Amino acid sequence: MIGFALRRFLGAIPTLFVIVTLAFFMMRAAPGGPFDGERKLPPEVERNIKAAYNLDKPLGEQYLIYLGKVAQGDLGPSYKNKDFTVVRLIATGLPVSARLGLCAMALALLLGTLLGVMAALKQNHWEDYSVMGIAMLGITIPTFVTAPILTLLFGIYLGWLPVGGWSGGALPNMVLPVTVLALPQIAIVARMMRGSMVEVLRANYIRTARAKGLPATRIVLAHALRAAALPLVSYLGPALAAILTGSLVVENIFGLPGIGRYFIQGALNRDYTLVMGVVICYATLIILLNFLADIAYGILDPRVRLS
Amino acid sequence: MSALLEISHLDVHFATPDGDVHALKDASLTINEAECLGVVGESGSGKSQLFLAAFGLLAGNGRATGSVRYRGEEILGAPARRLNALRGGAVTMIFQDPLTSLTPHMRIGEQIIEALTHHQKISRDDAVKRAREMLDYVRIPESARRLRQYPHELSGGMRQRVMIAMATITGPDLIIADEPTTALDVTVQAQILEILRALKTDKKTAIAMVSHDMGVIAGLADRVQVMRHGAIVETGTADEIFYAPRHAYTRMLLDALPKADEVPAPATEVGAPLLTVEDVKVSFPVKDKGLFGKTRTLRAVDGISFTLHQGETLGIVGESGCGKSTLARAVLQLLPKTGGRVVWLGRDLDAATQSDIRKLRKDFQIVFQDPLASLDPRMPIGVSIAEPLKTLEPGRAGKDKVRAIMQRVGLDPAWINRYPHELSGGQNQRVGLARAMIVGPQMLVCDEAVSALDVSIQAQIVALIRDLQAETRLSLMFISHDLSVVRRLSHRVMVLYLGRIVELAPSAALYADPRHPYTRALLSAVLSPDPRAERARKRELLTGDLPSPLDPRAQLTFLKSRLGEPDYRPRLIEVAPQHFVAEHDEAAAAASRS
Repeated sequence: MIGFALRRFLGAIPTLFVIVTLAFFMMRAAPGGPFDGERKLPPEVERNIKAAYNLDKPLGEQYLIYLGKVAQGDLGPSYKNKDFTVVRLIATGLPVSARLGLCAMALALLLGTLLGVMAALKQNHWEDYSVMGIAMLGITIPTFVTAPILTLLFGIYLGWLPVGGWSGGALPNMVLPVTVLALPQIAIVARMMRGSMVEVLRANYIRTARAKGLPATRIVLAHALRAAALPLVSYLGPALAAILTGSLVVENIFGLPGIGRYFIQGALNRDYTLVMGVVICYATLIILLNFLADIAYGILDPRVRLS
Repeated sequence: MSALLEISHLDVHFATPDGDVHALKDASLTINEAECLGVVGESGSGKSQLFLAAFGLLAGNGRATGSVRYRGEEILGAPARRLNALRGGAVTMIFQDPLTSLTPHMRIGEQIIEALTHHQKISRDDAVKRAREMLDYVRIPESARRLRQYPHELSGGMRQRVMIAMATITGPDLIIADEPTTALDVTVQAQILEILRALKTDKKTAIAMVSHDMGVIAGLADRVQVMRHGAIVETGTADEIFYAPRHAYTRMLLDALPKADEVPAPATEVGAPLLTVEDVKVSFPVKDKGLFGKTRTLRAVDGISFTLHQGETLGIVGESGCGKSTLARAVLQLLPKTGGRVVWLGRDLDAATQSDIRKLRKDFQIVFQDPLASLDPRMPIGVSIAEPLKTLEPGRAGKDKVRAIMQRVGLDPAWINRYPHELSGGQNQRVGLARAMIVGPQMLVCDEAVSALDVSIQAQIVALIRDLQAETRLSLMFISHDLSVVRRLSHRVMVLYLGRIVELAPSAALYADPRHPYTRALLSAVLSPDPRAERARKRELLTGDLPSPLDPRAQLTFLKSRLGEPDYRPRLIEVAPQHFVAEHDEAAAAASRS
């Protein structure tokens, strides 16, 4: 177990290195730079700024300097958000996004699994059709449509919930963004769960469980659910990473201080260090979550245990 | 004797996208207390659906009508609560394929115990104790440790014993055993049948024995029902069915079985040597579990030598894990060897380049076990059949050749554009044969080529192979776990045990005078469709499972006197002309191998 974790950790280092390298050079290959604005800067000012950020050095050298700093945990200053380091920006933004994402995912898992199992048990009955129909809506309607509609309904007409703002993560402020984030995930989880549950319910060992005279709840909970959850686990790793690193749309609409918007803003402004920081953060999360997914796989299915 | 289960006029329909399927037609049967009823039929005869329907276990699209009475109580369509009380309690089931029939992520102890705790008020400790007693009863050693294991950690035979333990722990009146031994090796099958027989005599449990295998039924059943296409065609006592069958289908089933006293002469004369295999070895690295698990060597084939002559059939027999398929693949250069030589018509194949071997493949072809899985599901069969010819002799490929070979193997040439899923198992195996024969090979390897087929189809395919051999003077390596099928085709038979030859002899000598204890155990485990003989028979049972091929001392199972020298390999000794037997201790003949 510890050996497995260690191997995966060591394996992650070259992966991260490749990602950092690729991101660094791709970012630089894009035309324009952080200080190219509408209004051209006086040449001497530009030269000074570039020198301050080491941007006047050859690309290879810049890369090496950057790598050295990353190795020490320093992601550099943000070029556009003056006076802020990238680490600081991520440290303030990530907890907000992660908290929203985690809540949304937990909600999605709970509701999605419930709905999916229900649909599978009532396969090809009206319960199944209605769950799957609604799930399809959940997947097809984008968040930039659901967010304003829900805000309008619960924030403006009914006045039950604040329409935006973070307020230090107060519960009423979280309800709408979490719901909006969770809706498509509920739909996806429900569909996946239904599919794999239908499959598992056809398995021979479910027939054995029925032949043993076990009640339906016991069959679903003890015999079917674990096997049916397997495909979900492989989906959850990357999906969780994506949702934890924030959603540009949701954060903008609800005016939340997450990191989703940094990524886009950074990319548009050629804020090299910020983009790189978010990329590193995202890649680390993906690697970490995939590792956790593998462990979860082993727990759910003894056959794949660390072989 | 009173009736335990009475099924009358049971009909089962399935609603499928292709319309209604009438799977069971007006089936009626009675099972009395402490009686074994054999239900025989080939695949698709509805024999499994009959009992699933009776106890409300049909798939969602199935519908059953008629009457099912358990001790006089109507249970067809009874509420789930009533059925759940009955199922797993008074009536239990054992299914085919114990790997997929046990929940993979639950410890077997948990699975056995839940069968008990859902039907009886019993404390957890007592339940565990009962489970251990049950494992002892079905002869699983180290019961405490086994209870904590998962199904995949057990062998096939062990898993089926777990199924039996699970089905017996509540002390049922009736056990429905649905093909309980079908996927198992013959010696393991004999052990399982022994346990079922004990259940019937000691515990007075009634058994419904569902099987396609007349031999399995013969030793156990008091009465037999024969099913075909969803209907019961004949009912009678075991003796009536086996010795005086009235229905033509019953007679056909019995005739299709290989009989010991009617062995056809080999189809061809044996010619000059074609293939020489010298001390071939194939091993695989296997990593132990855990962080610093060391890598051990699994010797799948551990030094096998033989010569195959032109027109000769060499039968290769052994249980799962004996290396018979690995040997075939190594000989055909489909797997890298670890040692030894393969010489084809005087030419050392190890010295040949990959492209040379590709050209040589025209001369040696192979037919695999699972006919459906070995064909590309997205390719019409005509294309599959033509492919080897297109590859090996591009100039000669043509629809005419494909049609001719299809005709030859008994397939309608008009089916050239059909897909494998549209054909039956037997037809797909004919496609496999056509694909192998179209290039006109000199040697054909049949790797369990008829094992997955119904007996009647099996007989047809064996007859077809015989005909093809007689016409083309084909050499055959015929691999099977089924000794009676091998006997019908082979000039010589080779018995493998854990990657080595234990006996190699002309067919007649091997069956008449088996010298090695393992060969004797294998032959003794073969069932014959003769109830009187089966009931009277004393078996040479091997106990326990096959030893692990990873254990270097496993080779010495039958030569315990040499256990002190773990690297010693039993030598082959010629005991009669052409009859080779591996060294063994005579005293070890009936010894345990676990």
